[in-house]
Amino acid sequence: MQQPSTIEELQEIVRQSPRVHVRGGGTKSALSSGAGVSMEKLTGVIEYDPSEFTFTARGGTPVREVETLLSGSGQYLPFDPVWVDQGATLGGTIASGLSGSGRFRYGGVRDFILGLQFVTGDGESHAGGGRVVKNAAGFDFPKLMVGSRGSMGIITQVTFKVFPRPQRYATVRVKVTSPLEGSALLQKLARSSLELACLDYQPPGEVVMRVGGLASALARRVERITELVALPVEVLLDEEEQGVWRAAREFSWMPTEDTLLKIPLLAGQIVSLEAMLSSIGLASTPRRYSVAGNVCWLAWPADRGPADLVAILSKLDSRAMAIRGKPWGVLGSVRDAEFQKRLAQILDPAGKLACRY
Amino acid sequence: MISSGFFGALARIYPPGRLLTRTAELAPYESDGLTAFRVRPGGVVLPTSADEVIETVRLCHRFGVPFVARGSGTSLSGGSVPIEDGLLIGLNKMNRILQYDPQERIAVVEPGVINQRASQISVGDGLYYAPDPSSAAVCTIGGNVAFNSGGAHCLKYGMTSNHVLGIKGVLPDGEVVQFGGPSLEQVGTDLLGMFVGSEGLFGCALEITLRLLPKPEKYYTLQAAYRSLEEAGNAVSMVVASGLLPGALEIMDRLAMNASDAAVQANYPKDAQAILIVELEGPIEEVDAETPLLQKLIDDSGAYRVDVAKNAAERLKIWTGRKCAFSAVGRLSPDFIVQDGVVPRTKLGEALARIDEISRQSGIPVANVFHAGDGNLHPLILFDGRTPGALERAEEVAAEILRLCIKLGGSITGEHGVGLEKRAFFEEMFGKKDTDLMRRIRDAIDPGQIANRGKMLPDTSAPALTHRGLHPVEKQGLAFRS
Ligand SMILES: Cc1cc2nc3c(=O)[nH]c(=O)nc-3n(C[C@H](O)[C@H](O)[C@H](O)COP(=O)(O)OP(=O)(O)OC[C@H]3O[C@@H](n4cnc5c(N)ncnc54)[C@H](O)[C@@H]3O)c2cc1C
Repeated sequence: MQQPSTIEELQEIVRQSPRVHVRGGGTKSALSSGAGVSMEKLTGVIEYDPSEFTFTARGGTPVREVETLLSGSGQYLPFDPVWVDQGATLGGTIASGLSGSGRFRYGGVRDFILGLQFVTGDGESHAGGGRVVKNAAGFDFPKLMVGSRGSMGIITQVTFKVFPRPQRYATVRVKVTSPLEGSALLQKLARSSLELACLDYQPPGEVVMRVGGLASALARRVERITELVALPVEVLLDEEEQGVWRAAREFSWMPTEDTLLKIPLLAGQIVSLEAMLSSIGLASTPRRYSVAGNVCWLAWPADRGPADLVAILSKLDSRAMAIRGKPWGVLGSVRDAEFQKRLAQILDPAGKLACRY
Repeated sequence: MISSGFFGALARIYPPGRLLTRTAELAPYESDGLTAFRVRPGGVVLPTSADEVIETVRLCHRFGVPFVARGSGTSLSGGSVPIEDGLLIGLNKMNRILQYDPQERIAVVEPGVINQRASQISVGDGLYYAPDPSSAAVCTIGGNVAFNSGGAHCLKYGMTSNHVLGIKGVLPDGEVVQFGGPSLEQVGTDLLGMFVGSEGLFGCALEITLRLLPKPEKYYTLQAAYRSLEEAGNAVSMVVASGLLPGALEIMDRLAMNASDAAVQANYPKDAQAILIVELEGPIEEVDAETPLLQKLIDDSGAYRVDVAKNAAERLKIWTGRKCAFSAVGRLSPDFIVQDGVVPRTKLGEALARIDEISRQSGIPVANVFHAGDGNLHPLILFDGRTPGALERAEEVAAEILRLCIKLGGSITGEHGVGLEKRAFFEEMFGKKDTDLMRRIRDAIDPGQIANRGKMLPDTSAPALTHRGLHPVEKQGLAFRS
């Protein structure tokens, strides 16, 4: 494994190698297994000014390091990056395009990335975006890197926008009896103006939601949520409630041998996805509908091929990405391939960075 | 000259009323919100369906005729100025809401739909479309997408790009693509993000999926008066440092207040040198709990008078004063230039002091109205275009301000786009190497430079500047700049 400790070293590796596959913390095995270049020495926060609501750090910096730094000033990354405890890096988080349950309130990783530096397939170093919270100039390279899995460039430095962290959180847990009831509750709560931070449904029967803000208003806000839910609820606070969301973002509910899939969808499709899973014998496979039903995290059994999955995706008119387990990459129909291909001609002329997964 | 074969082919797509070629018919399309640039296009088409646009783009590609897409033509940077001997594709007639789904909080719209309509259709369901440029009553979603437009509420909710979930578009060679989809989350490379804000260089957006948000339950809007601009700027830093996240943080200086006063009798305190508008929004309990914290902060910040909106009408009054300031400057001066640079928030004080200095040295008045929360300045440079050389001198002041923004580590545009106007500064901001990369990308997508040729990326040709004035929609009082 090569471990460049400067951008110049990384550029040299890119120039010399016929193929370049980098890994950050290696937490998303389906995307990074077999990588020959590690970013673990390109780390460190370069600049952080709490009153700007921004920080700049090197691509290999562990998210955990940043979160610790931010929390010292009462700030956080509102998109709720995943696998922080297990060592996810900033660059890997962008390249995989993954956001956690907390993305519901203010947006995902794409909405908080302001600028970056990246090395293209010809070994050149480039910059895109800016360092200020608002900027409309030039092509949006920062967003282009989101979800690109290394194929558009190697992220060496990044500037993020951050927000003040809510003073206190509470979590409300509700039992539901069916996917229909679960998804209807997601839709109802997502449309309310109660401003939930997270809203997830774990089949068969549990909806969990998080609310954050000033401690003095929290009890009353929980009451109003309870009134709207109109079902018996359980209210969690402090460590217990933090544990719920840590488990969600560390995916500790998911068997490590399975393939973890991310499937974008709408809450209104949950019922039909549930039926399809049952019909292929996966009624009890672990899964979680996050972001008010806009994403399904699904454990696909290790002994199954992707054929049924592809059929499901076509019915949902969606795509899936394998994150852990089998290196299936992105599955499902593509309607923007031509655009991507032409961008890649410039950013990766020799096809060194192209994802094989 | 455009070949007659091209017009013949267009005539097979468009009936006479929607294919315009006579001089008098073309006149309304000669310029946009940046009235200093004027170019007569070779022709104008007014499609009513995505298929018509696709066929048109394919013809342009086949005949090598450049095109410019146009929404309402309110661009303040010359983005929708036509190309001589090119085709202008006017999208205003493509204004249907294709799908509205309150359950999933999304709407799919055609590009000619007016920004405000996205909020109007969903108001009954307690939803709204968050990006609120001051031109919301007239500008189109297609134009917003091309420029990644902003508004007064970007700090908390971001710009257009953060509210667009999917786009069906046609690339400059006629290839039809679909980026993103109806869900808040996607997998794969975020090409949608790359398309938004590309200033029309990647082709034309045909169908746009918007994310709608639940309307905040409560607003708390205050307007604080200060004896100096610096105090108002410091108050912004204090609010930001406090951990509050207001929906809007806006500042107006004395000259801008004078303008608004003249236009809408905003009745600002006579001796105030700056006013700060802060708006909290959210669930009732949360806003109520935040209010005393904000009040104390503002009291400690040296504000000598604080007005709080007691109801929706008073809130609207505060916002009208703010949002009309730009156009109202037309009452103080026959002409003005609006700039849109961004500086790091901690450098706001320094930037304003420098702008004041530049204004004094040049003897050219500059009014300031700006999105203080995100460091997005809007200096208004006042001049009289009838005085020989005045426009050029004002342009110099504008240039100096943009260079200042670059030097302070900011951006040449926060929301109005580069267009024709700021191309000369593009390379200064991005450097030659990264500018070249963007050029190469444009050339890979559009080798013939068919789509919006000459915009955003610097090249040699530019139409000549002429005297400026208010945009027609401003003269009619339909929209105000911000
Ligand atoms: C009074 C006033 C106030 C304003 N206030 C604000 C403000 O607060 N915030 C802000 O951000 N802006 C503001 N603006 C600027 C302007 O309104 C925005 O840039 C707006 O998005 C332009 O929309 P439009 O429909 O007029 O687009 P146009 O001016 O017609 O076009 C703008 C650009 O978009 C391209 N384009 C248009 N439609 C499409 C399409 N379907 N596909 C691809 N490209 C397309 C055009 O080629 C052009 O480059 C203001 C302008 C005025 C006149």
